[in-house]
Amino acid sequence: MTSIADRNLPKSKTAWYNDPKLRSIVFQVTLAVIVLSVLFMAVDNAIYNLQKAKIASGFDFFGSLSGFDISEHLIDYNNTSTYGRAFMVGLLNTVKVSVLGIFLATILGFTVGIARLSPNWLIAKIATCYVELIRNIPLLLQLLFWYRAVLKPLPDPRDSINVADAIFLNNRGLVFPAIAFEEKATAILLALVVAVVGSIAYGIFAHRRQAATGQRAHTVWIALAAIIGLPLIAFFAAGMPASLVYATKTKFNLAGGLSLSPEFTAILIGLTLYTAAFIAEIVRGGIRGVSRGQSEASRALGLSTGDSLRLVIIPQAMRIIIPPLTSQYLNLLKNSSLAVAIGYPELVQIFMGTVLNQTNRAIECVTITMLVYLAFSLIIASGMNWYNRRVALVER
Amino acid sequence: MSAVDFDQAFVRHDAIAPLPPPPATVGVIGWIRRNLVNSWTSVILTALAIGLLAWVLPSILRFLFIDAVWTGEGRDACLVTADRPAVGACWPFVLRRLGFFTYGQYPIDERWRVNITFVLCAIGVVWLLAPRIGAKGWAMVYFFLAVPIAAFCLLTGNALPYALIGLVAGAIQTVFALIGAFLSGIDWLVATIVSEVFGTAFSETVASLGWPVSHYIGDSIGFLRDMTEAMFGRVLSFWIDYLVSALAILWVGKMAADRGFANSRTLVILAVVLAGLGIGIWLCSLDAGLKPVTTNLWGGMLVTIVVASVGIVVCLPLGVVLALGRRSQMPVVKMLSIIFIEFVRGVPMITVLIMANTMLPLFLSEGVRPDSLLRCLIGVALFSSAYMAEVVRGGLQAMPKGQYEGAMALGLNFPLMMIFVVLPQALKLVIPGIVNSFISLFKDTTLVAIVGILDFLETIKASTSDANWATPVTSYTGYAFAALVYWMFCFSMSRYSQSVERRLDTGHKR
Repeated sequence: MTSIADRNLPKSKTAWYNDPKLRSIVFQVTLAVIVLSVLFMAVDNAIYNLQKAKIASGFDFFGSLSGFDISEHLIDYNNTSTYGRAFMVGLLNTVKVSVLGIFLATILGFTVGIARLSPNWLIAKIATCYVELIRNIPLLLQLLFWYRAVLKPLPDPRDSINVADAIFLNNRGLVFPAIAFEEKATAILLALVVAVVGSIAYGIFAHRRQAATGQRAHTVWIALAAIIGLPLIAFFAAGMPASLVYATKTKFNLAGGLSLSPEFTAILIGLTLYTAAFIAEIVRGGIRGVSRGQSEASRALGLSTGDSLRLVIIPQAMRIIIPPLTSQYLNLLKNSSLAVAIGYPELVQIFMGTVLNQTNRAIECVTITMLVYLAFSLIIASGMNWYNRRVALVER
Repeated sequence: MSAVDFDQAFVRHDAIAPLPPPPATVGVIGWIRRNLVNSWTSVILTALAIGLLAWVLPSILRFLFIDAVWTGEGRDACLVTADRPAVGACWPFVLRRLGFFTYGQYPIDERWRVNITFVLCAIGVVWLLAPRIGAKGWAMVYFFLAVPIAAFCLLTGNALPYALIGLVAGAIQTVFALIGAFLSGIDWLVATIVSEVFGTAFSETVASLGWPVSHYIGDSIGFLRDMTEAMFGRVLSFWIDYLVSALAILWVGKMAADRGFANSRTLVILAVVLAGLGIGIWLCSLDAGLKPVTTNLWGGMLVTIVVASVGIVVCLPLGVVLALGRRSQMPVVKMLSIIFIEFVRGVPMITVLIMANTMLPLFLSEGVRPDSLLRCLIGVALFSSAYMAEVVRGGLQAMPKGQYEGAMALGLNFPLMMIFVVLPQALKLVIPGIVNSFISLFKDTTLVAIVGILDFLETIKASTSDANWATPVTSYTGYAFAALVYWMFCFSMSRYSQSVERRLDTGHKR
């Protein structure tokens, strides 16, 4: 038997230069060389330009004295701290506003999204108006509006807008009563931890029991009662070791209390409202994407409206909602950099603004800031992908 | 016993007319019962909603219309006085400053040029978007080629021939520099390999042979250019340069065509494009007596529209290329596309703009310093292409494999298959996505203010702190006006995308 190769087949008529493999190799090598030479030229120029302008490069400036103040910091910082410390302050401020914004925007977005599908005409229309209004106005304009038109013209601290002598609103921000803990307050914390762990354990137990016997338990209510009740009991049992500290007026300002700066308040309000409008659309699309037969079948099984939403519709809608929701969370994180326009000291404002101007190390500052955002994006995306895999439909 | 009295019998011939529905289910009352008070929760929600509206709406209406000031001059018109206890929006402020909001500091006598540009843009947009007007191919040529050139000529004015010649000459020089870098790169590679294999002495000999080749090419071209420039002046030498370059490109194309690398049709297209480009440059270089206006005078809506249009014009083709690259079989192409797309999508737009603003001048050779608007445009264009690439990729992925196979079976090569079979269908599928990314691009143009460009929002923001109009209501008025303008642009775009979605929805989607 002769193999095919042994037969005297006519030679292929295709010329060597029409061979797709060769063409692809030539094309790729050319592209790689062009990209590399552009990079090489850029780096070469940058080195030359930096030397000519006598700008030092490298990351050694992280350890040197910053010499500027930052109005808001979660960790200790003053103008004798280092640039590295300033970097951490900016990073933490970005994280602070993003985490709070994601939390609030999710709640508001889900509420509005469900409201848009409400059988109540008025509620549905208000939700639609909100979404169409907010989505079509640039975020920067909204931030400027909240900061420059709403929060800055507020009265001085002396004439604060006063809600029940507890919450004050003035042009230096929003002041809440702070909670002061005494030593025995650890009991409350302990009770809270016990309540949370207990609720989770009870939830698992109830789930198993339901799977085995069909008996359902009011897990949510029991968990709520435990999480609110146990710390309350501990609070009274330990002799009320925690108390609210109200802000008090001094001559020019308010003392005490927990205050949010107008910059932070503006960026938080702006980001929350803006992202919530997009999340609402995603939620609406997700719920509408679950086929009608599902809700009809769940009603036929005798589930109430709430149960059919909670047990049948939402779990299936989540599969549609999660991927675009992830990108909205990422957008919120990236949009938090707009705070630079209203002076909230987050990463871009501190590192691509003040530090860059002081040290003149453009390449280092820009690279680090971008890498931080890239890392955040990867972290959020991988976390949401993990969740997505968990809730994804298991197919054969 | 009585017989049935048939004379008295009554037989109906037609059905009884239905009773009217219960009054509670029809008309306004029925509608209210169904939609507002159909359950107890609904009643509570309706009450809450009415409360909310009663709280918000009157104050908004009072501010915008009832208490608003419509006529007057200066800040006194909008201040609270004894006979006017409440002051709403200060519309005279917007009216007086409308010119600044639209043109920025563009010279007043030259504003007609901006107006013509706006009209040209508007014609292009309507032509591209209206489904009834045909010849979309020409519309693309008009919007993506003719309008940019015309707008560039009109807006920058007399400075143009030099600017454009400089641009083209710069591009040609960049190409030569690239070739030089390419040659020296290969030179270096060869030298390294040779020195590894044969030792240093031999490699130096090779290098001394290799270096002159790459250097003399660059040097002799530079020398020739200097000589022509000295002999014929700057403009004529440019044309000689252009002609020689075009002929060289055509010659290479001819050689390729002779050997079967390309067909003669491609060659004709190449010649037409080169000639067209030449005519375009020549038309631009005609001195129409326009006063040059530098970009630092541009501002307001003009800058917003320029940034958005440049973003749109660049990001669509670049996005298509990147999307094709990402789906390519070639690992190098695929990797480069993925790195670019994911990098840009992972960072905020501000960082890209700041990078373009601070780092671009560092990366260019000494003396080349693009003005700040151009730097900004580069940043915006790169940023939006990455997002556009993902939209286009969605369309490419939605195409059934049979379309590719059918095109290949017809004997089309890759560019022809893409241009005539795949892309028209794929792009049509994602028109809503494309329009949505245009909406985000339009909203994102506001960010250019952060790197110091005077866009529409920034002109309004700057005007609100004008001492002549300093009243408590000025900033509210300004932001309300800005919001209205942006909202109208974005909302109409989103309505358009929805209408396209409805038109393209054939109803038998699987």
